[in-house]
Amino acid sequence: MISIEVKNLSVFYGSFQALKNINIKIERQKISALIGPSGCGKTTFLRCLNRMNDLIDEARVVGEVFIDGLNIYEEKVDLLELRRRVGMVFQRPNPFPLSIEDNILYGLKVHRINDPKIMEERLIKSLEAVQLWPQLKNQLRKNALTLSLEQQQRLCLARALAVEPEILLMDEPCSALDPIATARIEELMFELKKKYTIVIVTHNMQQAARVSDFTGYFLLGELIEFGETHQIFTAPADKRTEDYITGRYG
Amino acid sequence: MRGKENREKLIQLFLLTIALSAISILALISIFIFTEGLPIMFRHGFKKFLFSLDWYPSEGYFGLLPMIIGSLLVTAGAMVIGVPLGLAGAIYLTQFSSKKVRNLVKPMIELLAGIPSVVYGFIGVVILVPFVRENFGGPGFSVFTASIILGIMILPTILSISIDSLMALPPSYREGSIALGATQWQTVRMVLLPAARSGIIASLILGLGRAVGETMAVIMIAGNATALPRSILDPVRTLTSNIALEMGYVSGEHRQALFATGVILFIIIMILNTMANLTSKRMAS
Repeated sequence: MISIEVKNLSVFYGSFQALKNINIKIERQKISALIGPSGCGKTTFLRCLNRMNDLIDEARVVGEVFIDGLNIYEEKVDLLELRRRVGMVFQRPNPFPLSIEDNILYGLKVHRINDPKIMEERLIKSLEAVQLWPQLKNQLRKNALTLSLEQQQRLCLARALAVEPEILLMDEPCSALDPIATARIEELMFELKKKYTIVIVTHNMQQAARVSDFTGYFLLGELIEFGETHQIFTAPADKRTEDYITGRYG
Repeated sequence: MRGKENREKLIQLFLLTIALSAISILALISIFIFTEGLPIMFRHGFKKFLFSLDWYPSEGYFGLLPMIIGSLLVTAGAMVIGVPLGLAGAIYLTQFSSKKVRNLVKPMIELLAGIPSVVYGFIGVVILVPFVRENFGGPGFSVFTASIILGIMILPTILSISIDSLMALPPSYREGSIALGATQWQTVRMVLLPAARSGIIASLILGLGRAVGETMAVIMIAGNATALPRSILDPVRTLTSNIALEMGYVSGEHRQALFATGVILFIIIMILNTMANLTSKRMAS
């Protein structure tokens, strides 16, 4: 089943073209990894999927992105609802300087889900999903900024899960974490893909090889190759992909 | 080796002296005001100074209550006008306007802070006082008029420090909130304002200090009557005006009474500052 289908997507920052005519189909409830050298456009691509590029004044997006058959770049699209359905986790953990509880419930408040029963239930469910509940259940009023970086990143993930998205975008979610924390977050991703479609941007090829079902290789704004991960890593079709994964480039 | 160490010590001593001199000036001023002002307050009783309505210093009546009320009213009025405008402006310029507009408007607002207060007073007398007199009644020289002018005068302080504290927030707060499907306004209200709270409160304290302490503009537009105002359209005299208006010709007990006014002003500012600091601490925990 296809969850996201991108057709002829190009992005311009002023006169600079950051993405060139991208076409890609992303499978539901699988992990798709996007790799490539810095500045290749993989993060720009990711931010097209929840229209975060709208925040950048000079960015211009051309093309179509269908999520469950609906083009999210059409004018009548409800941006707030789109971003509820497509959650995002950032490179550096960015919990709000509020309590743990308020961080999780933020998305609910924003979408006017005020029923205390639902709020309580989502709070527990999303903290359980990221395996923070046992550690934090007695200190929900504590400021989120006092947590360790790994816990903060898990909290950010839980915050995104609390509004029940269908798709999770992860922009180098482990780049601020140590190897052990990274391994634990990767385990968590395996758990999460049972319910969510995950698109992860990573500069770490081993991570892409370990966690993903599909891998796409970006270079200078182009999608060079996209396919099943084991095929990309063992028998890439394109010479440029091979150069990159064997370390001859980058 | 030895020479170097000595030089190091000398420099330390020098810097320490400079640091202490700033504090010692504050200490000297406080001591001076209190030694000049307290004796007369003891002689006539604090109650008379704080709660009596009559200010006839040449006849020995030193009631400062109208001036205390005047200072508080004018300051409160300035905050009522300056705070919403300042905060709204800071929010608009940091979150909603384009960079171009911000870079144009912010320096212009900061320029407001550079206008001498006598100019504000002059504009108040020439334009605002007749306007208030004709449209709202009363003499025009009033709490209301002074509040408006003072509100505008504290605007640049509140605005530019609030802008700085909102701009100092990591952009990831805003991104994180927008990515969850929040609107811009929800992001401002629920994440950014609480996160920038300490800086914003600092801006309010500074604005408050400026409003309490302002003298020249207030003398020119507040009317300076030493009676309790019955409405915001009545004239008032503030503590600062009281000192400035009479200092030129006084002697003896009257002069001491003006220092007593200074003592009360000093104490009011300390109380307001402490209150603001406490609120910011309580909100932070």
